[in-house]
Amino acid sequence: MDLLDLFSLPFMRRALLAGLGIAVMAGPLGVFVVQQRLAFLGDGLAHAAFGGMGLGALLIFGFGLSAGTIIFHEPLWVALPFTLLTALGIAWVSGATRLSGDTAIGVFFAVSTALGVMCFSLIPPDTDVGVDVFDLLFGTILGVRRGDLLFVAGTCLLSLLFFVVAWGRLGYATFDSELARTDGLRVRALEYLLFAVAGVVVAVSALVVGIILIAAYLIIPAASAQMVSRSLIQMTLLSVAIGVATTLAGLVASFYLDVPSGSTVVLTQALVFVGAALVRGLTRRGGTPVI
Amino acid sequence: MDPPALHIHHVTVRFGETDILQDVTFDLERGQFLAVVGPNGAGKSTLFKVALGLIRPREGHAAVGGKAPLSAAPGVGYVPQLKTFDRTFPATALELVVTGLRRAWPARVTRAEREQAAATLQRVGAGHLLHRSLAGLSSGELQRVFLARSLIRQPAIVLLDEPATGVDFLAESDLYDLLERYQTETGATIAMITHDLAAARYHASQVIVLNRRVHGYGLPEEVLCDECLRGAYGHVGHAHTLLSA
Ligand SMILES: Nc1ncnc2c1ncn2[C@@H]1O[C@H](COP(=O)(O)OP(=O)(O)OP(=O)(O)O)[C@@H](O)[C@H]1O
Ligand SMILES: [Mg+2]
Repeated sequence: MDLLDLFSLPFMRRALLAGLGIAVMAGPLGVFVVQQRLAFLGDGLAHAAFGGMGLGALLIFGFGLSAGTIIFHEPLWVALPFTLLTALGIAWVSGATRLSGDTAIGVFFAVSTALGVMCFSLIPPDTDVGVDVFDLLFGTILGVRRGDLLFVAGTCLLSLLFFVVAWGRLGYATFDSELARTDGLRVRALEYLLFAVAGVVVAVSALVVGIILIAAYLIIPAASAQMVSRSLIQMTLLSVAIGVATTLAGLVASFYLDVPSGSTVVLTQALVFVGAALVRGLTRRGGTPVI
Repeated sequence: MDPPALHIHHVTVRFGETDILQDVTFDLERGQFLAVVGPNGAGKSTLFKVALGLIRPREGHAAVGGKAPLSAAPGVGYVPQLKTFDRTFPATALELVVTGLRRAWPARVTRAEREQAAATLQRVGAGHLLHRSLAGLSSGELQRVFLARSLIRQPAIVLLDEPATGVDFLAESDLYDLLERYQTETGATIAMITHDLAAARYHASQVIVLNRRVHGYGLPEEVLCDECLRGAYGHVGHAHTLLSA
């Protein structure tokens, strides 16, 4: 079976489109997450999405609604605002206190995971609440539904718009927030916007491809790109390119090797990461940075 | 009459329980070279941050060239006190200098911007650093890049927070030459925080001795006397030997 045939399979095509969408929105986001040392943010927000999905599922069960009858019965409609609020909460806590970003994230991380587990435990097994805990955790990139693609496309458009408009200011504020403020940039507002976008991107991606996969998309491409980039724009474009390439390669490899697709994508990203680290290590050995 | 380059009006800044600045008042006329001296923790950097609009004073206000601090930003060049900088941030000297023109991080540097940045770096004796990665610069080299960043927008007032830190002896005298040349060419006002009392005496046209409040403001020879310095520093130690050198 050649590649074209492979992606003519509907489930493969949907997996590819979802993966590409997530790569494109997580790429630039990951750059700022990595540069602001918020490596934990992806995990933290993904677990907030988990907590939110639990809450949503419990509400659906509690009100005796069955999932999928009306679109508003999707647990995503609870998980999305829940994750968004968590993102803003993290931004607020780390701004208003002396806690570092990752400490604030850690607190929300633990609480939302506990909340999610609590909610799901209150729902009798085999109840259809529109979401499966195992899928939510470990991902179902091959099980992407047509409706999910709409969410991914919408979120992708939104975040691309944000990054096209705000990239220069975000970059400046990330380099040195004090200098950016002396030039009149509203650094706090930018920060809240970035966290809000992160909340939406992670919530939607976590539902579609699972918590583990979105955390990987947010960190590994950007971290690999950072090691071999000379400029922030180069890092941003490379981060997107690595996400896109590893999605493609991972999906194809998983199909032929008959292994789980999500894991294969993450492992492909890990290969690129190791490659970038090697390139960096070898070119640095002479003492002067070559790249 | 033109408004003063820097107008500090009964400014009080408080962090927590203590006043960092207490009723600080002075006007700096255009074209002056001000040295701000005082011990560590005196509130010198804080005073600059008030002028830059980074800190809103509890009482009083500041104006730069007659404008509120943030709206004056395009005409202000600022060299921050040397700080730890994120060496993982992928950036070249060129890009950092261009932020002084754009007030955003550049994705693509235009030809005109590149030429202007190259000329400005040349001027601060760092032309060879143009395409160097920031991660590989020494702190003295970095300081020059920050200086170029502040000058590229041709500011009417330059605020320098200990710009000579980490810069070698020869470079330090280059720095004063450069600032004085910039000043005669453009008529700009310069305010510089320094711990080098001899340099303050030699190069500045005005000196302010600060420790929470103003202990002296005026001509260097008037203000850099044992009496004023004792007020600000507690004891003067060997400062007088430095000054008479
Ligand atoms: N954000 C802050 N929160 C609380 N205290 C602060 C803050 N910034 C500065 N301070 C305090 O204000 C005082 C003055 O600080 P400032 O940086 O203005 O001193 P300085 O005169 O520039 O000192 P140095 O010569 O060491 O640079 C210090 O005691 C410092 O601890
Ligand atoms: Mg200081």
